Amino acid sequence: MIDAIASLGRSSLNALVVFGRAFIFLIQVLASLDIVIRRFGLTVVQIYSVGVRSLLIIIVSGLFVGMVLGYQGYITLVNFGAAEALGGVVALSLVRELGPVVTALLFAGRAGSALTAELGLMKTTEQLSAMEMMAVNPYRRIFAPRFVAGFLSMPLLAAIFSAVGVMGGYIVGVGMLGVDSGAYFSQMQSVTDWNEDVLSGVIKSIVFGFVVTWIAVFQGFNAMPTSEGISRATTQTVVVSSLAVLGLDFILTGLMFGAG
Amino acid sequence: MAEPVAEDSPHIVIENLRFRRGRKVVFEDLSMRIPRGQVTTVMGPSGSGKTTLLRLIGGQLRPDGGRIWVDGQEVARLSTRRLYALRKRMGMLFQTGALLTDLSVFENVAFPLREHTDLPEDVLHTLVLLKLEAVGLRAARDLDPASLSGGMARRVALARAIALDPDLIMYDEPFTGLDPITMGQIVTLIRRTNQSLGLTSVLVSHDVNEAMAISDHVVLIADGRAVDAGAPDDLRARASDWSAQFLEGRPDGPVPFHYPGDSYREDLLGVREQRDD
Repeated sequence: MIDAIASLGRSSLNALVVFGRAFIFLIQVLASLDIVIRRFGLTVVQIYSVGVRSLLIIIVSGLFVGMVLGYQGYITLVNFGAAEALGGVVALSLVRELGPVVTALLFAGRAGSALTAELGLMKTTEQLSAMEMMAVNPYRRIFAPRFVAGFLSMPLLAAIFSAVGVMGGYIVGVGMLGVDSGAYFSQMQSVTDWNEDVLSGVIKSIVFGFVVTWIAVFQGFNAMPTSEGISRATTQTVVVSSLAVLGLDFILTGLMFGAG
Repeated sequence: MAEPVAEDSPHIVIENLRFRRGRKVVFEDLSMRIPRGQVTTVMGPSGSGKTTLLRLIGGQLRPDGGRIWVDGQEVARLSTRRLYALRKRMGMLFQTGALLTDLSVFENVAFPLREHTDLPEDVLHTLVLLKLEAVGLRAARDLDPASLSGGMARRVALARAIALDPDLIMYDEPFTGLDPITMGQIVTLIRRTNQSLGLTSVLVSHDVNEAMAISDHVVLIADGRAVDAGAPDDLRARASDWSAQFLEGRPDGPVPFHYPGDSYREDLLGVREQRDD
């Protein structure tokens, strides 16, 4: 019994220590952000590697999610004779929820894990140490550009996901199930509100981008410098950021729409 | 803080250094002087904290007690800006080379120059080729670090370490895991670099023969202290029991072959008694 309490206490303390380290790390990265303006090229390279290289998975997933939404929405709506409302259903689901959330989950799996593995390996092979010894601050040269790249890429990827998803819904709803093309888009326009729906989705994706990138970069920085350490850190990135995204989504949705 | 430094003063002075990692005491009371312009090797058994010592000198770790001066500046008390300024005059060669894997050989050597200078591209190109020529790898400039052998990676890392023309260079286990030819190349390079650039070289190593052959000054460390120091020949001539065992690589002596514990006899009998119970 005592042992159980002790181990609970120990793991809570460890969790707090890790959280504290993550927070100090974040402060140091934020304090190094001026490099992003001074040498924007460093960030552009990272935007290519975390953002552009995630495009394929985002586009393909967005297309399929939109197509499934088209099917499911049509099957339900047609019972009420409201199949024309399909465009609105698809767009709202995407911009409010699925766009930011699914993009963040995919982003954690594709770009987050790659960031963690890359940084973990740099740490293991003493590249970060070597940089410090060459009087180059790794927070500025390595961490800050990656952080900003992830943070900027996420909302853009979420927007692309939603746009492709709308087209996926169109292909199924209009192309295959015979919903009127004009009705699909006019419904979409009339029910989707810029502030309420689109902006709330953008805010979500900004928050998710911040959190997922923070977790990914920190896990790489904090990885044990062994091959097992890197694999554990990479798994942690995907698990922790997925949970964080889903949890934060609930909180953000509550804040944005809760009061009604 | 930084008083003028005389030509003949030691480059690095370490006084009563204490350093602990977790509960393990790495350095208890370590003092040494590393002379300017010479090759000094710090030798000691595995796990005696040799690499840690280099990190302490480079300011990557902070001592728990005692002081380290490099060029008259106390490393642990420097502000980040001044520490980085000091590091620009220090080169460090990591055991694995620690080359940046996403850059070519050329870009790795160019890295410190690009970060710290605004040299025009053609000057930079010339400088990098000069450094690569010095380590014999000018023709390998377009290779990827992943395709280099261990010895080549270390030579590229040496070219990178001397890119900013430092006055101190530290080598972490430069001889480990090399074939005889590569070993010869590295030994020659260390000696030649030291002579041609007139810099202070600090090696940590446990390869006694190579290290003794190229050093002007040797410091032996064990149990967190400097146990012996001097020119290689002097050291061999007047070595204590421990130093003699280390330098000659005898398997038994002051450092016993057997991990300390109960006597063999008692251990065996003890097992039998327990079985009888």
